[in-house]
Amino acid sequence: MVLMNMVAALNNALDLLLKENDKVVVFGEDVGKDGGVFRVTDGLMQKYGENRVFDTPLAESMIAGTAIGMAAGGLRPIAEMQFAGFMFLSFSQMVNHAARYRGRTRSTITLPMVVRTPVSGGVRTLEHHSENPEIYFSHMGGLIVVEPSNPYDAKGLLIKAAHMDDPVVFLEPTKLYRLFKQEVPENMYEVPIGKAATIQEGDDLTIITWGTMVPVVKNAVANKKANAEIIDLRTINPLDEKTILSSVKKTGKAMIVHEASLTFGPGAEIAARIAEKAIFELDAPVMRVASPSLPYPYPGYENFYIPNEKKVEEAIDKLMSD
Amino acid sequence: MKKAFDGSVNYYQVMDELGNIDQSLFPRDLDDNKILEMYRYMSLARALDAKALSLQRQGRAVTYAPLVGEEATQIGSAMALGKDDYFVPNFRQQGVFLARGFGMDGLFLYFRGYEEGNMIPRNMHALPGAVPVSTQMQHAAGLAFAQKYLKTGASVIGFVGDGGTSEGDFYEALNFAGVTKSPLVAIIENNQWAISMPRSRQTAAQTLAQKAIAAGIPGVQVDGNDVIGVYKVIKDALANAKNGPTLVECITYRMSMHTTADDPTKYRPQEDVDVWKKRDPIARVRAYLAKKNLWNDQKEQALTDQNLRSIDEAVEKAESFKGDPASIFEHVYSYMPDILQEELDAAAASNFWQQQQTQQENGE
Repeated sequence: MVLMNMVAALNNALDLLLKENDKVVVFGEDVGKDGGVFRVTDGLMQKYGENRVFDTPLAESMIAGTAIGMAAGGLRPIAEMQFAGFMFLSFSQMVNHAARYRGRTRSTITLPMVVRTPVSGGVRTLEHHSENPEIYFSHMGGLIVVEPSNPYDAKGLLIKAAHMDDPVVFLEPTKLYRLFKQEVPENMYEVPIGKAATIQEGDDLTIITWGTMVPVVKNAVANKKANAEIIDLRTINPLDEKTILSSVKKTGKAMIVHEASLTFGPGAEIAARIAEKAIFELDAPVMRVASPSLPYPYPGYENFYIPNEKKVEEAIDKLMSD
Repeated sequence: MKKAFDGSVNYYQVMDELGNIDQSLFPRDLDDNKILEMYRYMSLARALDAKALSLQRQGRAVTYAPLVGEEATQIGSAMALGKDDYFVPNFRQQGVFLARGFGMDGLFLYFRGYEEGNMIPRNMHALPGAVPVSTQMQHAAGLAFAQKYLKTGASVIGFVGDGGTSEGDFYEALNFAGVTKSPLVAIIENNQWAISMPRSRQTAAQTLAQKAIAAGIPGVQVDGNDVIGVYKVIKDALANAKNGPTLVECITYRMSMHTTADDPTKYRPQEDVDVWKKRDPIARVRAYLAKKNLWNDQKEQALTDQNLRSIDEAVEKAESFKGDPASIFEHVYSYMPDILQEELDAAAASNFWQQQQTQQENGE
């Protein structure tokens, strides 16, 4: 075990994956010499050579599109999009092809590929550097969407993602890259995809959250000394409905906390499933805490936008008084 | 002042409209047997095209993109390809699939609207058709990169239309292949029309081949209705692929509609079409073969009959296919997520699916 922050854990995962299989290639804008703008790929080009870890021309659609071609051609590409806001340029490749290739060819051609990108805000960055596109990539099916909230999960989920024969969108919360360190095994291990983690057990309410909101929820629950069960979703799509429903049926109260904006957000999907399958076991309406339904503002206003501990604490009070 | 850059584009034609050969350009590895093979495939491609169009008009196929007029570009390219090379189509390269040995029943199954028609054997080294214009060029570039990385010695040909050259993905693919020196031959099947938009309004560039210059790679033009010219130019580009990509513009003409969903008389004058009728890609090969006493009416009749027989067999096979709606659920992820299994189970047990099944079986 070594103390690692999320950046170190991800770097370690990529290192092990490159070592394990010479069909793994890592590429994107500035991932080589520069080691990525967040240093997630630091030192990997020096270690594995420019053939396996390389900088691409500046074109996000091309990064996704060539990854698809490489995967169809027998490689296992792990591509980096510099920021989620720029990843929209690759949306056509991701939804029209990455998501559809397995179905289109009836599994004759499958795409073992991972597209990593930093997501979410809270770190005072320029416009287009703070959004979370999780819902867009989750909606059409065919893409697995993963979002870790701690270094241990980040490493294990990335390794699992790279071992799967599916296209995986791997969302890395920028704010959590260096927020805290955790004991992480140095060897190869997988964290299951499609499986949420119950990170704290409780009886009075269930809080479903993920990514940047996990530490916020944990603090809010601790501050309120609430007897809450906290579920870290980890995989946005496909959703682990089982873990959510069994907890909600136990506690009778459900709250969903996410950083992306409220309207049509993942919280809507989760709330609908709870309503469909557990409504008679609830003793209060499902509550959602999310950012307002508007485009991510400039950093000067972001503290007025992202849900914080106070907002979650107030929501807990309200839900418990229902 | 000094000149910072100087570029130009060459145009090739080996066989003219009358079947005369420019011996100085004639590919040394080409013999009359191979030209006969090209002729047979071009003829089969045109027959398949006519059949698919007729099936669509009868409601037995979905929207169809005809290839008539573009046989030389497709067959010439396919014949130039080595056994291990890869082929990346857009949505109009039925002719290339034929010449690569892909079963016609698979094509007709695709025309009927079933994904099962895309189950191309892996050793055939082809990707399925891509509908969003030019997006497939990125896949071709990535696939070419993989060949270089894996040292397979294989190259990749990727097809795009004239309209597709206006897309960002087209340039991005050339640029990536250029900078990584990947073995890609990007083929523009310039049929002069992008649905209703003529080539002249697609770009102010004098040629489409010159778009290679911006990516720092060679670009050439060839008479796309000259199967031998296309063969030569693609073969040369493939021979050079170990050094990096080439862009080839094949100048041909879309003799029919973009797809069965449009009517070209609405946007293009018949006189234009008439000019290109005289440049027919099949007629000139026949003229060449006839001059060499390699072809006659009897052989033509035998070929026509044989084509129709094999096409009818393929259609019959494709039409006997019964789709399993559960398959749309089974090929989404490498595993079946619980939430999807639940939807599948519910659908399979529903009256909705049973009604659809009954209706389909009754041909409604």
